[in-house]
Amino acid sequence: MSRVEFDDLWVVVPTYNEGRVLGQTLTELVAVFPHVCVVDDASLDNSVEIAESFFDQGVRVVAQPINLGQGAALQTGFEYALSDPLMGRLVTFDADGQHLVADAVRLARRLRDGFDVVLGSRFLGAAPQMGRLKGLVLKIAVAYTNLSTGVRLTDTHNGLRALGRTAVAAMKLTQSGMAHASEIVERIKSESLRYTEEGVEIRYSDYSRSKGQSLLNAVNIVVDLLVR
Amino acid sequence: MAIKIVLIAAVVLVALVLAGGHGARRLALRRLGLAAFAAVAVVSILLPDTLTWVAQKVDVGRGTDLLLYALIVVFFSYLSTRYVRDRRTLRQVTALARRVALIEAPAPRPVIGLGHSGADGVDNAVCEDGVERNDGGDGPA
Repeated sequence: MSRVEFDDLWVVVPTYNEGRVLGQTLTELVAVFPHVCVVDDASLDNSVEIAESFFDQGVRVVAQPINLGQGAALQTGFEYALSDPLMGRLVTFDADGQHLVADAVRLARRLRDGFDVVLGSRFLGAAPQMGRLKGLVLKIAVAYTNLSTGVRLTDTHNGLRALGRTAVAAMKLTQSGMAHASEIVERIKSESLRYTEEGVEIRYSDYSRSKGQSLLNAVNIVVDLLVR
Repeated sequence: MAIKIVLIAAVVLVALVLAGGHGARRLALRRLGLAAFAAVAVVSILLPDTLTWVAQKVDVGRGTDLLLYALIVVFFSYLSTRYVRDRRTLRQVTALARRVALIEAPAPRPVIGLGHSGADGVDNAVCEDGVERNDGGDGPA
């Protein structure tokens, strides 16, 4: 894996108060990917400084002046990447270190098989390590999204995805909260994008567990899905 | 029973005003509504008993109860207009903040011929090519 292979690829990392782990995540990413866009969603901690210290390794920080939610941050990253005419592929990658760079590489290469979108799935491949209740809520979210959009997926709320340039341009996300995950699926459907899933591993560290991975977050996902 | 018809009619009317038309038409409807509200308010102030009279006509015991019902209808219609407007404002703010963020962001790639990406691989040839031409062009000028 060399940085040359991925010179046409931007990794978009939405971040909000992830200063504790962002450095580690970026260190792993820049070892493989030459272009990383960190979209800071008006963090209160030192996330921006940490990200900017990776400038020479190809990290570009796009700082939103106010907190707008992860969906809005992703869309900002998409538009930034689209401003690079050489961008042919894009990977979305969570800042909290729950994804593996090796998985991102696999997803990005899978685009070459003629897909517009490759979605990471926790429920393909290795058994996911997550609480039963959380797994259940996620499965409900998946079932609901599949039902309402007519696609067939095993995991709709995974932060790791690879998109070709056409797909990036087609996204135009408007849901600012967590509902963007199903919005992406809706776009895949409405724009007739060719998609597939790849099994990915999730590192549920104590850190990620203590942060966004709580069951309450799953409640938000379900409410976001129902109330729109 | 009559109050149910009145309330449902009010709710439907509010929904129609909210949903239907835009621009001048909606503004006119809103102004008419405001005029009606003012007229009713003045009458109920000058002749408080009319409220109770109207209330009894629609099978509601007291004028105050009628007022409460009306307040609830108005409150929910206010909530729904507010919600629609908030969403629009949020979309605008998001677009604005995104523009600001993108304008202030550094360029995605170093200028061709400079920086790290020129140091490795495929782009290398292009970059070096570009640099040489630039040098050639700049020299005489």
